[in-house]
Amino acid sequence: MTDASDNAGPMLAADGTPLKQSLARSLRRQKLRALLLVAPLLLFVLFSFIVPIASMLFRSVENSIVSDTLPLTVEALGNWDETGGELPGEEVYDAFVRDMVVAIENKEHTRLGSRLNYEETGMSSMFRRSGRGLRKLDPETDGPFKEQLIEIHEGWGDPQTWRVIKTHSPQVTNGYFLNAVDMRRTPEGAQPQPEDKQILIKLFGRTLFMSLVITGACILLAYPVSYLLATLPMRVSNLLMILVLLPFWTSLLVRTSAWKVMLQQQGVINETLVWLGLVADDARLVIINNQIGTIVAMTHILLPFMILPMYSVMQTIPESYTRAAKSMGATNWTTFWRIYFPQSIPGIGAGSILVFILAIGYYITPEIVGGTKGVFISNRIAYHISSSLNWGLAAALGTILLAVVLLLYWVYDKIVGIDNVKLG
Amino acid sequence: MAALTPISRKPLSMVLPSVALAGAFAGMFVGAGNGSIILGILAGAALIAALAWFYITVLKNEKMARWINIIGFGAGGFAIAGPLGGVLGLLGGWFFAWFIYWLYEGRYRRKLLPYLTAKQVFYHYLFRVICGAIFVFLITPILVVLPLSFNAQDFFTFTPEMLRLDPEGYSLKHYRDFFTNNEWQRSFKNSLIIAPIATIISVTLGTLAAIGLSQSHVPGRRAIMGILISPMIVPLIISATGMFFFYSDIGRFLEGTLGMNKNFVGYLKVILAHAVLGIPFVIITVTATLVGFDRSLTRAAANMGAGPVRTFFKIQMPLILPGVISGGLFAFITSFDEVVVVLFVGSASQKTLPWQMFTGLREQISPTILAVATILVVLSIALLTTVELLRRRSERLRGLSPA
Repeated sequence: MTDASDNAGPMLAADGTPLKQSLARSLRRQKLRALLLVAPLLLFVLFSFIVPIASMLFRSVENSIVSDTLPLTVEALGNWDETGGELPGEEVYDAFVRDMVVAIENKEHTRLGSRLNYEETGMSSMFRRSGRGLRKLDPETDGPFKEQLIEIHEGWGDPQTWRVIKTHSPQVTNGYFLNAVDMRRTPEGAQPQPEDKQILIKLFGRTLFMSLVITGACILLAYPVSYLLATLPMRVSNLLMILVLLPFWTSLLVRTSAWKVMLQQQGVINETLVWLGLVADDARLVIINNQIGTIVAMTHILLPFMILPMYSVMQTIPESYTRAAKSMGATNWTTFWRIYFPQSIPGIGAGSILVFILAIGYYITPEIVGGTKGVFISNRIAYHISSSLNWGLAAALGTILLAVVLLLYWVYDKIVGIDNVKLG
Repeated sequence: MAALTPISRKPLSMVLPSVALAGAFAGMFVGAGNGSIILGILAGAALIAALAWFYITVLKNEKMARWINIIGFGAGGFAIAGPLGGVLGLLGGWFFAWFIYWLYEGRYRRKLLPYLTAKQVFYHYLFRVICGAIFVFLITPILVVLPLSFNAQDFFTFTPEMLRLDPEGYSLKHYRDFFTNNEWQRSFKNSLIIAPIATIISVTLGTLAAIGLSQSHVPGRRAIMGILISPMIVPLIISATGMFFFYSDIGRFLEGTLGMNKNFVGYLKVILAHAVLGIPFVIITVTATLVGFDRSLTRAAANMGAGPVRTFFKIQMPLILPGVISGGLFAFITSFDEVVVVLFVGSASQKTLPWQMFTGLREQISPTILAVATILVVLSIALLTTVELLRRRSERLRGLSPA
C-alpha cells in the first residue's frame, strides 16, 4: 500500500509522457485528421456556394453606382434642400457637367440612367439623350450650365430629377428591399408604390397561397397511399413503391412536358373528355397557363416527396395498437382518429415542410404550365435577372425568399432533424 | 395472407344490383360518347344485370362465361368505336366477367378478417379504389409520353390514326430527329461532358468529407453538416441568382486577367456549379452507409500492419461502395436534370439537354421533346433499378436484414 502512495504522480503512458497529456494529444490529432478530411469539401462549398449567396445578399443593398459615377454632384447636392421644391444652384449643375463628361468618356452614363430608371420612369432616356448634348460642353469654359442643361432636356429643370439622384446617392441602400415589398425610397422616407406598380406583394401572397394549396393537395393524396404502402405485406408494397419512385426519379422536365401534353386545349385530358362526350368540343376545359395548371402539375411532381417521409413514419406504427383499440370496443373511426392519426403526424409534418420549401422556390414548372396567372415569385426573379436587368431588385427578392426558406428549414430541423433526411 | 375466411356463394339479390351499378357507371361513358348519357346508363345496367343472371342461373360454367363475355364485349366495342373501342371492350369484358364471379362466389371476403361487417368490407375496397386512382394519377403522365413520342405527325396529341391503332400513325421520326439534329446532339454531348465531371468532383470530395464527419470527434459537426447540406435546401432559383452574379465576375477575371479560353471557362463555371448541387446527396447517402460501419474492422486491419491508405481502399471502400455509387447516381441525375442554374450561369455553347428541352417547351414545340423524354424515362428506370440493387447489396454486406 505504501508503495502505491509513493508513486502517486501522474499516470504514465508507454512512452513515458503523462497519460492525460498523451490522450489529449491523440484526441487533438484525431480532430485534426477529421477536419483535414472535411476541409477540401468545406472550402469548395464555401467558395462556390456560400460566397455566391453572400454576394447576392450584398448586391441587394449595394448602390455605389450613383456616387461612383457622379461623385462631385453627390457632394454638391448635400447642401441642397430637396423638400423645398426649388431647383438646386449653379454649383450642382457645374459639378454634374464635370461628372457627366467623365462618365460619357467611360460610357457609364447609360448604365446610371437605367439604374435610376428603376426608380423614376424616363430617367434612362433622359440620360441617353443628354449624353449627346453634354459631350460638346467643356466644363472649364462653357459655364454657367443651368440654362444650357435645361435646354438640352427639360428634365434637368424638374426638381424631382435631382431629388431622385440625391435619394439614391448613398453607397448602401434599402431601396431594393422597399421595391421588393411594393414601396419606394423617396426624400420623405419610404412610400408605397403607385397602384399600378404594386405587383410584388400580390405575387408573394400568391406564391405562399399556391404553395399551401399544393402542400394540402399532397397531404390529401399522399396519406391514403402511404397508409396502404405501410400496411400491405412487404412484397406487394415494394412493387407498388415503384409507382412512387419512378416519377421521383424521372427528369423534372419530362414530367413537366408530360403535363403540358396532358393539360393543353388539344391535350390528352381534353381529347378524352370530348371523345367520351363529357365536354363539348367548343367548351374545352382551360387547365393550362393558369393556376390550375401549376397546382396540378406541381402536386404531381412533389407528391413523392410527401409520400416517402409519411411512409417511413407510418411503417414504424405498430399494428398491435390499433388492434388493441378495436378489441376494447373502439369503432374504426375512433381507432383511426385517436390512435393511428396522432402517431402519423410527424410524417405529415416532415413531408409538408419539405414540399412547402420545394414548392415556394419552384421555377421551371410554373414557367411552362403557369402562363401569366400561375407564376411564382421565382419567375419574377428570373425575369429581373434576364430581361429587365434590375439585378438589385432580383437580389432583394431572392434574399427575402431565402429568409423564408431558412426559417422553414430551421423549423424542419427542430421537428425532424437534418440528419434524418433520407433518399429513395 | 392465405384464405382467412371460408367463403360462400352470395344471393342474386345482392349480386345483381351491384353489377348493375357497375354496368351503369361504364354505360354512362359509352352513352356519353354516343349521344345519350341516360340511355347509356340504363342500357349498361340492364345488360350487365341480364348477363350476370344468365351466367349464374343458366350457364353455370365460369370459364365459358368469361370467354363469352370477353369476346362479346370486344366485338361490341369494335362495332361502336373501331380498334381502340375493341381493345377497351376486351378489357371491359374481362373485368365484368371477373367482377360478376368475384361477387357471386364471395371471393372478395377471402382475404379479409371474418368478423368484418358488410359496411367495413365495402369501405375496405372503396379505400383500395381511391388509392388505385392516386397511383394512376402518379404514373399516367409518364406513361402518356411514351406512345406520343412515336407520333408520325408533328403534334403533341394523339392523332386519329394513332387512336385507330393504324401503323401509319406511328413512326420513329422524332427519334431520328434527336439523333441527327445538330442542336439536340450538341446539347446531349454537353450534358454528357458536364454531368460526369461534376459527379466525379462531388463524389470524391463528398466521400472524403463524409468519412471525416463520421469520426467520433469533429468540432462543429452540426454547423459543417448544415453548410454542406445547404445547396439542397436553398431553392435553385436563389442558388442560380447568387451564382449568376458571382460566376460572371469570376469568369471575367479568368478570361480577362488570366487570358483563359472562353469556352473552357464556360464549362468550368457550369461544372463547378453542378458539383456543388450534387454534394448534399453524396454526403447524405455515404453518411447513411457509414452509420452501420463496424469500426473494429479498420482497427483489425491496422493491427495487422496495414497503413491508413491501404485500410481505406481494402477495407472501408468496398463496404461503403454501394452508398458512394448511389450518392454518385443522385449527383449525376441532379446535374443531368438541372436547368435553372445552367440557364443562368452557362452561355449558349454550354447548352445542356434539359436546357434544350426547356427552350423547346417554351418556344417551338416539337415532339422530339417527347422522344427525348422517353429516352430519359428509360434511363431513370435503369438508374432506379441500380440504386435499389445497390441498396440491397449494401444491407447484405453490412449484415442488416433486408427491408
